[in-house]
Amino acid sequence: MSKIVASAAIRGAHSWVEEAEAALKQTIEEKSESQKLEFPETAFFLPMAYALLGMEVKDLGGAKKAMARARELLPPVPSENVWLPYLGPTLDAGISTLLATEMITALRYLRGELPAAGDQGFISDTILRSLGIQLVDGRMPGFAAILGSAPTNEIAVKVVRELQQRNILIFLCDHNNGTTMRQQLEQEKVELGWDTYIVPLGPDLASGIYALNWAMRGALTFGGHKRGEFVKCLEYQRDRVFAFGLVFGEVTDRRYAVGAGAINMGFCVIADTNIPEIRPSGVTLFEALVRERDYEKIVPTCIQTRGVKVKIEKVPIPVSYAAAFEGERVRKEQLAVEFGGKGSLACELLKMKPLSEVEDGKITVIGPDLDTVPDGKSLPLAIMVEVAGRKMQTDFEPILERQIHHLINGAMGVMHVGQRDIVWIRVSKDAKAKGFRMRHFGDILHAKLLQNFPAIADKVQVTIYTKKEDAERILAEARKSYAERDARVAGMTDESVDTFYSCTLCQSFAPTHVCIISPERLGLCGAYNWLDGKAAFEINPTGPNQPVEKGETIDTVKGQWENVNKFVYAKSGKKVERFNAYSMMEDPMTSCGCFECIVAIVPEANGIMIVNREYPGMTPSGMPFSTLASTTGGGLQTPGFLGVGKLYITSKKFISADGGLARIVWMPKQLKETIRERLETRAKELGLDDFYNKIADETVCDNAADLLPFLEKVGHPALTMPPMF
Amino acid sequence: MKERSVDKATLQMLEKAKCDNVCTAFERSDMQDPRCGFGELGVCCQQCYMGPCRVDPFGKGAQYGACGISVDGIVARNIARACAVGASAHSDHGRDIAHNLYMTALGKTQGYSIVDERKLFVIAEEFGIDTSSGDTKKLAAEVAHKCLEQFGQQEGEVLTTQRAPEKQKERWRKLKVMPRGIDREIVEMLHMVHVGMDADYKNTLLHAIKAAVGDGWGGSMIATDLTDIQFGSPNPVRSKANLGVLGENTVNIVVHGHEPTLSEMIVKVARSPEMKALAKQKGAEDVTVAGICCTANEILMRQGAPLAGNYLQQELAIVTGAVEAMIVDVQCIMPGLNQVAPCYHTKLITTSKKVRIPGAIHYQFEEERAVDIAKKIVTEAIENYPKRDRKRVQIPAESSELVAGFTTENVFYHLGGKFRPSYKPLNEGIIQGRLRGVVGVVGCNNTKTVHDYNHLTFTKELLKHDVLIVTTGCSAGCLCKHGLLDSEDALQYCGYGLREICEAVGIPPVLHVGSCVDNSRILTACIEMVKEGGIGTDISQLPVAGSAPEAMSHKATSIGLYVVASGITTHFNPPFQVHGSKKVLDYLSNEMEKDFGANFIFEGDPKKAAQKIIAHLDKKREALKLKPMMYPPLNGETEKAAAKKQAAAVAGN
Repeated sequence: MSKIVASAAIRGAHSWVEEAEAALKQTIEEKSESQKLEFPETAFFLPMAYALLGMEVKDLGGAKKAMARARELLPPVPSENVWLPYLGPTLDAGISTLLATEMITALRYLRGELPAAGDQGFISDTILRSLGIQLVDGRMPGFAAILGSAPTNEIAVKVVRELQQRNILIFLCDHNNGTTMRQQLEQEKVELGWDTYIVPLGPDLASGIYALNWAMRGALTFGGHKRGEFVKCLEYQRDRVFAFGLVFGEVTDRRYAVGAGAINMGFCVIADTNIPEIRPSGVTLFEALVRERDYEKIVPTCIQTRGVKVKIEKVPIPVSYAAAFEGERVRKEQLAVEFGGKGSLACELLKMKPLSEVEDGKITVIGPDLDTVPDGKSLPLAIMVEVAGRKMQTDFEPILERQIHHLINGAMGVMHVGQRDIVWIRVSKDAKAKGFRMRHFGDILHAKLLQNFPAIADKVQVTIYTKKEDAERILAEARKSYAERDARVAGMTDESVDTFYSCTLCQSFAPTHVCIISPERLGLCGAYNWLDGKAAFEINPTGPNQPVEKGETIDTVKGQWENVNKFVYAKSGKKVERFNAYSMMEDPMTSCGCFECIVAIVPEANGIMIVNREYPGMTPSGMPFSTLASTTGGGLQTPGFLGVGKLYITSKKFISADGGLARIVWMPKQLKETIRERLETRAKELGLDDFYNKIADETVCDNAADLLPFLEKVGHPALTMPPMF
Repeated sequence: MKERSVDKATLQMLEKAKCDNVCTAFERSDMQDPRCGFGELGVCCQQCYMGPCRVDPFGKGAQYGACGISVDGIVARNIARACAVGASAHSDHGRDIAHNLYMTALGKTQGYSIVDERKLFVIAEEFGIDTSSGDTKKLAAEVAHKCLEQFGQQEGEVLTTQRAPEKQKERWRKLKVMPRGIDREIVEMLHMVHVGMDADYKNTLLHAIKAAVGDGWGGSMIATDLTDIQFGSPNPVRSKANLGVLGENTVNIVVHGHEPTLSEMIVKVARSPEMKALAKQKGAEDVTVAGICCTANEILMRQGAPLAGNYLQQELAIVTGAVEAMIVDVQCIMPGLNQVAPCYHTKLITTSKKVRIPGAIHYQFEEERAVDIAKKIVTEAIENYPKRDRKRVQIPAESSELVAGFTTENVFYHLGGKFRPSYKPLNEGIIQGRLRGVVGVVGCNNTKTVHDYNHLTFTKELLKHDVLIVTTGCSAGCLCKHGLLDSEDALQYCGYGLREICEAVGIPPVLHVGSCVDNSRILTACIEMVKEGGIGTDISQLPVAGSAPEAMSHKATSIGLYVVASGITTHFNPPFQVHGSKKVLDYLSNEMEKDFGANFIFEGDPKKAAQKIIAHLDKKREALKLKPMMYPPLNGETEKAAAKKQAAAVAGN
């Protein structure tokens, strides 16, 4: 029943405006309309009036005009029944309240009623600049404005401690029956002040405006919004300032009115009493008004409701953690314990769970820890990661799961190879000596998944099993999931979707390059497949991976679509007009420079060669990889040369318009080996006999002259195919 | 007697009509039964004097008309002609409004003004008219003139169609259904159905769609916008509906028809002290002006005037014996009114040269003398009050409270206030799974269905499934009468997600958005939903649908065609008379989906129709990968059990 809330807030707003008007009237009578009115140390006059009304209130005359607007905005209280819509009017009443409380507090400064010692009062621009930037750039996850006092001192302490742990700035205002939270905390010897992130604003409700008009200045200072750009200023608050109100005790009309103001700024309100809730989102990011009567849950509820993303600055493990350690190996002589590989079974699985079933940061180790086995021995391992998030989807499971590899690798003295059920992890003696234990795998994953995927992961819990029977059980479950996922990805074809994803990540050095990632053609760097592109878009909707609807098909064989052309044209700075997904000879995809492999035409053989980045030698094209790369890269369409990801070689759509797989006449041995299994499967599908052995490598030749006799000898299919151009 | 209506007031008046020995549309309709089977199937061709020709639907007799036209051609031409008639009615209404605004701007009308200057400026800017002068009258003249030009435009594209999302426009251009001029497409349509013209059913249907798009995105849209400019954009307003709004001791004037130019003036004049005094002098307490049909909707949304009833209640209003005058203008005026009015003291007054009824009093309405004419009419009504025969008066008690007057523009305010006006909470509601989607329930009444039953049953079924309803026309009239627009009472019919949204915003679950020309508001609201984002980049991707569950007029044919062509799948009942041609039926109910992203659903049972629409919304939701619905539908659960379930639902899940 939010009509109760609407009515209360509107009544409250009337009362605030009346108080402000009366105070203003009295002050004008005592002084004059030309009497200066200001908050200390701000260039934004009365910040709310400045941002929302575009008014520079400098004196009481100006104040009168601002109050006239606040009065104008006041709607009537909704009727008992057959009421007219009240959300819009209630939000307007909230704005009136913001203006009125700001006026009330400004007049106090004028009358010399300064905040008591220890109460902050108005927050200066200086503090705004030093702390506010952290608030809007995400270093400080958000702020809590606490109204009233907690039912007990113990709860007061518990709540602020929980908020402090998450680096959330806490403002205190208002009182319940004369008791303030400040008093409660002081009695419990909790240190207050900016340094401890607990800032008492004042003992009454009007002081709450100091937190709000401080935040509002963020939109003007950091958001670059101009005065009077009220929509932008308010939406900036919703999108950038993760603040919420926490109300202890009865929610009075006046508190509701302040709440309506906060909700206008996108700040949700959580109360510990039995208030009617407003759950639909839109004005706020998630629920607008929520009750939480369980003090154990009240802080997590606040965080979840506002969507505050708590960042973990440092991974809490006893060894160093950095990307630099990713490539580090743990040799046998250094080995403390290993999981997987030849010694034991090991697997990892990441699953999505509902928000209610995941306890953020919970790490459980079931079974012996790594210091219980002698050095050099193995333990079975199953890592089960459960992720919950409002925007989490099952489609993201494999993407996040694949992150486990490089996340764990970042720990010094820990090596992680492979994925899924072929995981092989080693922990070095040094790491063990420094205190690295099983739970730290969980700590790493919890911290880094939240940090790297803030848009989709809200809560992460990790369970680590080191008993054989548990690991086997999880493995069976994992294999079921893997199979389901494979079916999902493998079943996907370019035809089965109507949207591809772009990647323009590399435009910083190849400004005209646009990657189009389809289910059957992953990005040329090999790092992004279609699902990754989709996930990346979800994670950052304005980022380099954008959905591209195919639109009308222009050419099925070459893979050309109307909208894809349009997109590529626009995003390549109008340099690339047409693009064929399945041809390297006609309007091929551009290449940035990150390609795993280069496909190049070998005209003499009526076929193509593929060389991977790791191969240093000469190739039948007469150029090594490095020279070929300069021809292929740079965002130009170069028919006959194509940068590709390794996986694409065995795709059904691999240069399918030019003859496909059967065109391959040469590859370095190592590349051949790497993709052997898939290559043979694909060749079999195409009815190519013994194709693997018909592809030459550097052990056969590294020039075109010697290549032809070999191809003739083995009867390579390319020789009898139609000419490539 | 067979079941006539689910509306008690209607049933009571039918009973009274029987006692008073008055014949109404209900009986006249019975006397037409059995309806001609050929006509019902659409296989009867009367396009030339070689005819009427008809095709044997059982395949035994003639399969071609005398000229050789196939059954597909006959059926398509009949529908196309119906569409042309409907489109011309709406569009002519739009033209009259534009003309009135133009004359007002030139200072040639009496008593009219330009009320919504803000909208005038917005539209002027949209039309590329220089607004820097700030001269309201000059701007109004230019805007009205620009609109009038759209009717006769010969080349290019109708200005207001440009509002459609890009994809929609591209589709229209590709299919060559983008209208060049509003009248031009209607005339071309009529030309094409002449004997010896178009025989390709698909070509005929596509051109009918072109004429319909010219109506929905042209004539009707112009009518809506200019009416808002001239008479004020509606805002939510409280009122009452059903025959019970007629006063026992007041002079009762019922205005019926469509165009607000006359009715607005009647309301204004009737509320003047001069007329009130005259009424008192004649022994009445006051003057009540109540509306029927779309006129009711117009004066309801702008003036809060009560709604007396919908299309099938027009004669029944007179049967109360308490109506001093029924004033009619255009469209959906039953000639039968003049068989009913003489049975009582009611004066039937026609006002349009386009609608003369033998025996009725005619006051030709002229905008130059609008006030004078309105005064004459109201005076005539008041003076008729003493002739009311108290013994024959019986006013039903039924009247329901309601809130009406939502528009594409004012929804912004109601969802975000003055400082954060937005459609976001609506889109979010859909994205989060509180709302399954939005469905427009529109259209007429039809004696072939039980009066109001389909509207009501269909709507209630959707409300249970968390579907927000927007409504216009006589459907709105029905839903008003049955309490679905009461912001408090109607909540009992809603699923929990819908209820949460309604409670948060303070709206009824059924939003009244106007008269039948105001279906254009549904189109513009869809544009805003697309713009807000997250639920599709084209109207055809939105989880929305339409329904005309008791369609009757040819305007409904045109509406149906332009709504589907706009990408909104639409339920239509009784079905188009196309069942004689498999191809035409298949095009409308299947193939149109490929061309326009939407199709018709012909289904007689309103519950089944609702299920089909729900399945359609779910399909759209799935395609958009939206979250599953937050709450199960309201299926006769007890409040308590449902509340428990609601309490168990965790935030965000």
